[in-house]
Amino acid sequence: MQSQATYNYKVVRQFSIMTVVWGIVGMLVGVIIAAQLAFPALNLSELGEWFHFGRLRPLHTNAVIFAFGGCALFATSYYVVQRTCHTTLFLPKLAAFTFWGWQVVIVLAAITLPLGFTAGKEYAELEWPIDLLIAVVWVSYAIVFFGTIAKRKTSHIYVANWFFGAFILTVALLHIVNSAALPVSLTKSYSAYAGAQDAMIQWWYGHNAVGFFLTAGFLGIMYYFVPKQADRPVYSYRLSVVHFWALIFTYMWAGPHHLHYTALPDWTQSVGMIFSLILLAPSWGGMINGIMTLSGAWHKLRTDPILKFLITSLSFYGMSTFEGPMMSIKTVNALSHYTDWTVGHVHSGALGWVAMISIGAIYYLIPRMYGKTEMYSTKLITTHFWVATIGIVLYIASMWIAGVMQGLMWRATNPDGTLTYSFIESVKASYPFWTIRLVGGVLFLGGMFIMFYNMIKTIAGQKAYEAPVLSPAAAHA
Amino acid sequence: MDINDLRSIVTVLGFTCFIGICLWAYSSRAKAGFDEAAQLPFGDDDGLAPVSGRQSREGK
Repeated sequence: MQSQATYNYKVVRQFSIMTVVWGIVGMLVGVIIAAQLAFPALNLSELGEWFHFGRLRPLHTNAVIFAFGGCALFATSYYVVQRTCHTTLFLPKLAAFTFWGWQVVIVLAAITLPLGFTAGKEYAELEWPIDLLIAVVWVSYAIVFFGTIAKRKTSHIYVANWFFGAFILTVALLHIVNSAALPVSLTKSYSAYAGAQDAMIQWWYGHNAVGFFLTAGFLGIMYYFVPKQADRPVYSYRLSVVHFWALIFTYMWAGPHHLHYTALPDWTQSVGMIFSLILLAPSWGGMINGIMTLSGAWHKLRTDPILKFLITSLSFYGMSTFEGPMMSIKTVNALSHYTDWTVGHVHSGALGWVAMISIGAIYYLIPRMYGKTEMYSTKLITTHFWVATIGIVLYIASMWIAGVMQGLMWRATNPDGTLTYSFIESVKASYPFWTIRLVGGVLFLGGMFIMFYNMIKTIAGQKAYEAPVLSPAAAHA
Repeated sequence: MDINDLRSIVTVLGFTCFIGICLWAYSSRAKAGFDEAAQLPFGDDDGLAPVSGRQSREGK
């Protein structure tokens, strides 16, 4: 029953390896800017403005979200859609274009951001020529992905593909709408929107980048790799369908919580807050579904570090999706906004959820791309897991303390109504926590170097492997 | 009828649609298909040795 065709593993292999490489680059820039906050001399002002925090910070966010996270999503989605549809990729040459196109986008970002070319929109800083290239790559990605779904040999579309599909469609919509701009030169453009509308569109984009890029896409990873690694089907397929649609219907409206107490109309802020609170339910639906997949096989967590990564990522997902709705409540936001609490919250999601589930999935993929089932060293995966986990805990805990302290200092007033503390006093008080955060970041980055070494040792001397395409009937027999 | 009526109607329709999806997902009619779909990740033997998860269970 076995046909001669093999799955298109080359593009999966390329994206998997680049996930680790860009992970190291992006997190290294993160460690550098964390060090700059703790030791301002590291801004290297005497050399020029290129290494300032303000120039490197967007480089860090773009590199970890779109280079590291993006490569992980491309790799896993191309792998999962082929294997669960029992067919090869639609237009493999276009898939190859998405790989090279995406790498060019990343390199252009790494060049233009330190030079100061920016559209000034958070997580959408890249200037219009790069935005155009992103749009072309992304539409190609959509054609390859949905084309593969269309030529599937199975009757059902597995739930992981629903999440990947929603992620691809929505990110296309978000990117194209939010990046609409009027170019005035090759390196400068102005947003097509103005004032409060511009802010609202930016955070409609910004929060849905969290909801669809950093959540739906990675839930797609979760729905394939957790059942695979635990060797049992997902806990409740019904729940996966319901929480998928609940996420889709709800996320779109949560953006205004980024603009509490601004020029945005009050009612819009309240709508954003209420939808953010509702989001707790579908988010936890996904977390419970993932963790409960392990029900009856908990002992595997003791021996399998890949499963440790996957399940711990779900715990962090549950934690940060509880924290997020709480922080969207206007009175809580009055304390937390603009403080390091927000930074801690983002990293509990980014390091704890997004990075850990990606790392787990890549540890699953790398050996399979070379005809093996195990990485070179399982012990090193365990070491990576503990180093990364301790790093995250140090990072989040220090940012919680620093954030609440900053919020309380900024709002403290004397009986005569004057401010108790000047801003610089809150900066001075934050230094110890910024140093602890730096240690946490160094640990997490150290874990990525362990992963890189393990990957090189796994690949060294191995031939690239292309698995045969099985017909669904043969596979189930 | 102004634009706000249309907005309200879309909201109500969206909510009704979601309730419909919930009822469908939890109906007995959908169950057989879901059980089949849930097995999809496992119908894809890649010609390699068993996954590490399986090995560790056998090792216990």
